[in-house]
Amino acid sequence: MTDTFQLDGVAVPFEPGQTVMQAALAADHYIPHLCYHPEFKPHGSCKLCTVKVNGRTMASCTMPAEAGLEVESEIEELNALRRTLVQMLFAEGNHFCPSCEKSGNCMLQALGYDLEVHAAGFRHQYPDRPLDASHPDILLDFNRCILCELCVRASSEVDGKNVFALAGRGNNKHLIVNAESGQLKDTDIALSDKAMQVCPVGVILPKRVGFSQPIGERRYDASPISAQALEDAPRPPSGVEHD
Amino acid sequence: MTDKKKLRIATTSLAGCFGCHMSILDIDERLFPLLELVEFDRSPITDIKHCGPCDIGIVEGGICNAENVHVLREFRKNCKVLIAIGACAINGGLPAQRNHLDLSACLTEVYLTEPGLIHGHIPNDPELPLPLDKVHPLHEVVKVDYFIPGCPPSGDAIWKFLTDLISGKTPELGHGLIHYD
Repeated sequence: MTDTFQLDGVAVPFEPGQTVMQAALAADHYIPHLCYHPEFKPHGSCKLCTVKVNGRTMASCTMPAEAGLEVESEIEELNALRRTLVQMLFAEGNHFCPSCEKSGNCMLQALGYDLEVHAAGFRHQYPDRPLDASHPDILLDFNRCILCELCVRASSEVDGKNVFALAGRGNNKHLIVNAESGQLKDTDIALSDKAMQVCPVGVILPKRVGFSQPIGERRYDASPISAQALEDAPRPPSGVEHD
Repeated sequence: MTDKKKLRIATTSLAGCFGCHMSILDIDERLFPLLELVEFDRSPITDIKHCGPCDIGIVEGGICNAENVHVLREFRKNCKVLIAIGACAINGGLPAQRNHLDLSACLTEVYLTEPGLIHGHIPNDPELPLPLDKVHPLHEVVKVDYFIPGCPPSGDAIWKFLTDLISGKTPELGHGLIHYD
């Protein structure tokens, strides 16, 4: 008999050590998220996955599952907050989807679609963030960075290269390249690195393959991110049934 | 039912490319049932030059010069409901890609220093509206009630949005119709 917690009134089973997010996804319950990735240690920074646990707001990706917790996620109060978070991310960067080759495959955009965000609102900041096109095979477009640190985590934890880091604080926080010149060409990043695969938005891009997928065949053209996040979630071995 | 007053709609394109207006035409034969419900005030379709009292104003494009501000304020003053349509109206879009550049540097490069320009000069005819230092989305200048995203939004998205609105529902686009590109 596994322990369970309540998610929006439904019992969700969990294994010891699982977070609320991990248990929810494994049991086919979607909680919106952006900086969480099933293969990495939770980061808890984007706050898209905020849920109410026994009445208090918590990041579900870092909250350990406990028996008897009462978790609320799919409620308008939280979705309104999530919508605002997505809007602020759009307003503080330069997210010009029509010219972005990640469009259609972008998690930030797909979350905006799923939450019915029709406009970012706010005063757009239009920051000046020059590109780094120094590397022969890889382009960095900092305009779209949402500071999720997935590339930082992938490069250090999986690739063992520490190519990326976040520098500065608060509004000045930004992604940097770990080389004396600050340029990507002076790092040992390779196209096959994990860091190349994890960017949820259009910052880290392989060169010469942009727009190869026609509109209609891109990832989130087929089904919304809420459906696909469940397909991505780690599954229990086949034959194991959750009640 | 037959003598029900038609809703009056005005449309305009500010710092846009008229792509959103082309998408409005992309609702195709559904324009006929739409015209049972609405009539057009100022719009490229009617060529009326100033917006009178309207129920719905649809504005494409962002705000890049002084004239855009005047037209947008005229729309806001006259329209009960104001809709921003397309990426430029919502976040500045393509014209706003100049926002991290200095305006005089842009004008100098385009009209004076670009290779191939002979006797170039920065246009200064008094009839030309003055460009603004930065391009702004509509909601930074007036209150905007609704937004239809897309570059451009599809005819189907515009149809869904307008028919929801006209029938008194909160407009929703949903998967497949909501697009930022």
